[in-house]
Amino acid sequence: MSTDLLNDLLGRSLELHPQAAVRPEPFGALVYHYGNRRLVFLQHTDMVAVARALSQHATLADTLEACGVDQRRWPSFAKAFESLLNSDIVRERTTDER
Amino acid sequence: MSAESLVNQLKSGLDAPICLTWELTYACNLQCVHCLSSSGQRDPHELSTAEAKRVIDELRDLQVFYINIGGGEPMVRRDFFELVEYSVAQGIGVKFSTNGAFIDAEKARRLAGMDYLDIQISLDGVDAATNDAVRGAGSYDMARRAMDNLAAADFGPFKISVVVTRQNVPQLNQFKALADSYGAQLRVTRLRPSGRGVDSWDHLHPTNAQQREIYQWLMAHGEGVLTGDSFFHLNALGDPLPGLNMCGAGRVVCLIDPVGDVYACPFVIHDEFRAGNVRDPGGFSAVWKQSELFTSLREPQSAGACASCGAFDACQGGCMAAKFFTGLPLDGPDPECVGGDGEVALAELAAVPVLLKPRPAADHTKPDRRPVLT
Ligand SMILES: C[S@@+](CC[C@H](N)C(=O)[O-])C[C@H]1O[C@@H](n2cnc3c(N)ncnc32)[C@H](O)[C@@H]1O
Ligand code: SF4
Ligand code: SF4
Repeated sequence: MSTDLLNDLLGRSLELHPQAAVRPEPFGALVYHYGNRRLVFLQHTDMVAVARALSQHATLADTLEACGVDQRRWPSFAKAFESLLNSDIVRERTTDER
Repeated sequence: MSAESLVNQLKSGLDAPICLTWELTYACNLQCVHCLSSSGQRDPHELSTAEAKRVIDELRDLQVFYINIGGGEPMVRRDFFELVEYSVAQGIGVKFSTNGAFIDAEKARRLAGMDYLDIQISLDGVDAATNDAVRGAGSYDMARRAMDNLAAADFGPFKISVVVTRQNVPQLNQFKALADSYGAQLRVTRLRPSGRGVDSWDHLHPTNAQQREIYQWLMAHGEGVLTGDSFFHLNALGDPLPGLNMCGAGRVVCLIDPVGDVYACPFVIHDEFRAGNVRDPGGFSAVWKQSELFTSLREPQSAGACASCGAFDACQGGCMAAKFFTGLPLDGPDPECVGGDGEVALAELAAVPVLLKPRPAADHTKPDRRPVLT
């Protein structure tokens, strides 16, 4: 991932899609989107914490910070969230909704 | 975590199944020659509406996201809509499979009005001759009428579900065109020698040359065609097909049958793979979490005769049900092993004078209507 793309992702305000449900599992979590029927595996236990905390922080970077995720792991998280955005499990938060 | 370690995690089991099939009834208006559940007659011990709802409550508590409803023909149950609506109200999506007989214009409108509901109409040939040879006279028209009714009711993208056979492999492109013409999604799955399929598999299963054809076709269509991840034994031919590459029986998959028996997967209705019953103390959850059978299926399995094969990581030795009902050892090659090892093993087996292939449990075939292959 390019630095530009990484920074762009880290700066976004995100939230879990209201139609997505998270089920904790020993390896992390399963996420299911009731709307588009996509099933996604979150393969880190702390991904779950981050996904759930997204809407409480201004940006993805702030969420990672708040969840105590080591900066060296941010690129891998950004990548994971990029794919969650693509499957609409996570979506862009629009300010007027909050 | 890599894809490989995810598969290893999944093999050791999940807190609840991902892919749970629930056969609501053994009753069916058809008598398909390959029917995995040997359906026909209703079983007098079928779960009642109240019992079924208790199972749904349990699945909700386990956070099962959706269930696959099958049978028998699920729509013959009088409480079919009641159970589907109850399930969706509990936050459990429903995908159900049907031969289409009961989807008239009015039912199609009712179905179209429901949320979180997916429908699979089964069709095993693009023309009546091919389809009806497997599914019985009139079944092609029945399925097409259901599709027309769903389209007219604006149901949206339903699925057309095809079991791939020797006879319909040449029709794969036509199936795709048919699905496209309805704006439907095509789903093709692997034939297993289960239920009445034990007796028809020899005649119906694709040849070794056709296995390659199926693989190429699936590779070319990628995620545009659904497969239920059922063709992973073909991964030994090259790059892996999309989806999970493993046997999920008792690990991420299971079956609840109409009388509440819990089996490791829909294709192994046999005492050896029966883990318990939802009517037992502790219900489904205890069976899923604690049964001896499921616990042992989640332990590392031996590669047996496949250990020396370079493709083992790709194909994982194939489908447990396919091996079991063809009489092959579970730790050896799949009967449709693309390396040809399965065929050799089957031939050796046929040479044994007393052949004791396991028979499926729970045969509900209507005695006067036992189907014959034509
Ligand atoms: C057992 S049926 C139950 C639901 C409904 N009666 C129907 O036919 O769709 C579910 C699906 O399994 C398929 N099927 C039946 N026998 C099979 C077998 N031996 N191997 C693989 N799939 C099979 C059917 O064609 C159908 O698409
Ligand atoms: S596969 Fe055929 S016989 Fe079996 S349940 Fe479905 S329609 Fe009935
Ligand atoms: S036994 Fe076969 S059909 Fe059943 S889960 Fe395993 S591979 Fe799939």
